[in-house]
Amino acid sequence: MINFLLFPILITFFTGMILIFFQKNIFMQRSISLISLATATICAFLVMLQVQREGIQSVTFGNWPVPYGITMVADGVSTLLVFTSLLLAFFLIWYSFGSIGKEREHFFYYPGIMFILTGVNGAFTTGDIFNMFVFFEVLLMSSYLLIVLGGEKKQLRESIQYLLVNIISSALFVITVAYLYSVVGTLSMADISVKIAEINQPGIITTIAVLFLVVFGLKAAIFPLYFWLPSSYAAPPIPVLALFGALLTKVGVYAIMRTYTLFFVHDIAFTHQLLLIFAVLTIIAGCIGALAHFDVKQIIIYNIVIAVGVILFGAAQMNFDGLEGAMFYLIHDMIIKAALFMLVGIIIYITGTSDLRKMGGLMKKYPSLGWFYLIAAFGLAGIPPLSGFIGKLLIVQGGFAAGNTGTSIFILASSLIVLLSVIRIFLYAFWGKEGQTVQIQEKTYKQLYYPTVILVVISIVYGVGAEWVTPFMDAAAHVLTDPSVYIEAVMKGAQP
Amino acid sequence: MKANKLKTNDLILQFTAKIVFFIIFFFSIHIFFAGHYTPGGGFVGGLLTSSAIVLLVIAFDLKTVRKILPINYMYMTATGLILALATAAFPIFVGKPFFTHFFDYFDLPLFGKTSLHTAALFDLGVFLVVVGVTMTIIQTIGEDE
Repeated sequence: MINFLLFPILITFFTGMILIFFQKNIFMQRSISLISLATATICAFLVMLQVQREGIQSVTFGNWPVPYGITMVADGVSTLLVFTSLLLAFFLIWYSFGSIGKEREHFFYYPGIMFILTGVNGAFTTGDIFNMFVFFEVLLMSSYLLIVLGGEKKQLRESIQYLLVNIISSALFVITVAYLYSVVGTLSMADISVKIAEINQPGIITTIAVLFLVVFGLKAAIFPLYFWLPSSYAAPPIPVLALFGALLTKVGVYAIMRTYTLFFVHDIAFTHQLLLIFAVLTIIAGCIGALAHFDVKQIIIYNIVIAVGVILFGAAQMNFDGLEGAMFYLIHDMIIKAALFMLVGIIIYITGTSDLRKMGGLMKKYPSLGWFYLIAAFGLAGIPPLSGFIGKLLIVQGGFAAGNTGTSIFILASSLIVLLSVIRIFLYAFWGKEGQTVQIQEKTYKQLYYPTVILVVISIVYGVGAEWVTPFMDAAAHVLTDPSVYIEAVMKGAQP
Repeated sequence: MKANKLKTNDLILQFTAKIVFFIIFFFSIHIFFAGHYTPGGGFVGGLLTSSAIVLLVIAFDLKTVRKILPINYMYMTATGLILALATAAFPIFVGKPFFTHFFDYFDLPLFGKTSLHTAALFDLGVFLVVVGVTMTIIQTIGEDE
């Protein structure tokens, strides 16, 4: 079945459309979206297995020959990301049953989630640079809906800022693609890679590489383009925040990794050195923010920025270990960020505040929540055998192999600050004197608690069972280190 | 249009609108079907149709127009989306890549030998989405107090 790799995208897309018809029927909305997400996740898993077994899958729309049509490519990298994002979305939807509120559910909350998943998974799977832009817009439009849905004053203010930043970066994206098209004359990603190799990356292509770094850096929040992220992400309700934190910046990170390993590989001394410097600066900026705040949401939001820096540091090494580490860390970070936002969300719901200084003593009433939070915090910092360990280990190993000793040690040191920032939440919220709490219903608490706990358990399994995941990561890193694998798989049967 | 203290008489506007509506509407249908060989297509056709409806809204008011055209534009958008995606997804069932279009020549009773192409169905989806979205925007802003 040649179209099978499209199923995870198509199922969510269709569901989003059908859900528009059930605007007022919340039960239907919930059950349809849950069922279709489960189906899409299973499909994504099967696609992942198929790619592992038979190699890279690709389909070109409309039966056109390869560089002329839009190609969708499922390789090790994209299938892993698609599967993870659908899995996270399943638990996030479950979590939002108890937390998002009826008013929002009536106003296209679930279709918004479905369309954002279409955009995210499409951007992961596409093999055409302009099609990637279109999928970026799909996910951004849906994120505009989700960020403003509810119409609180704070949401309205932050959504204007978010819109402005993203419109500017989208315009820059179009301009950059126009430059690239005028130089190489093609939009298919495999073909662009071939053409750039033919002309051996002259100065103008390096300029375009830097422009792409600016464009995707605005989406992925790297230093100094992360200024919009902390305030924008604090505005929407928790399930939306978790969805954004787990998926949206990672699309930008994926796009940087893809373009910097497939297109711009002939002048590494300049472009990847630049990427490395920005990655380190991003980590510093994130660490400062994560320590500076007493607001639980802000602490985790700044941890997104740190993780983006770590992943890009791994990607900048351009060796097998560094890239495999970046993939390990990317998937780990998606899972753990969703879990942490959900945990922090529960803390906010039961204390009624996001200010750490007003909390305290939750351990007596909610012991299991406390210990699961501690596990998630240790996982984020990368304490073995939890999930963050293997990725960071490989990234640092790659850094040493590439001769970046000082910066690699800095990455290790930054883990301490990450640990400090999340342990502060544990100390303030769970230890100490009893702070303020609000009464929430047992049923609501359970609706929030179970998906969160399952996600934390998944992150533990991901860390402990790294052996099972390694073959997939190997395949992903193999595609990233050697662009010719990708090009050959896509261009087979292409016209000369 | 709200009733002012001074009674206004929109007779000329309303009478012209009734006629011009059909001219614009049929032109939009023409543009829609011409899209394959000449400039035009679903997007412009949809915009023209919605501009015809907007003319009615200007000449009469939102309530009257809703009585004439009792359409839920939100559902219209969703129907258009589903039609477009279903056209694109149909080839999956016959083992062709997604988005493959089919065409053939048919002898239709009135038109004679005509080529029919599934791209027109996709365009119809686009048409419905454009009309639905434009009218939703205009209705929502128009009803806002």
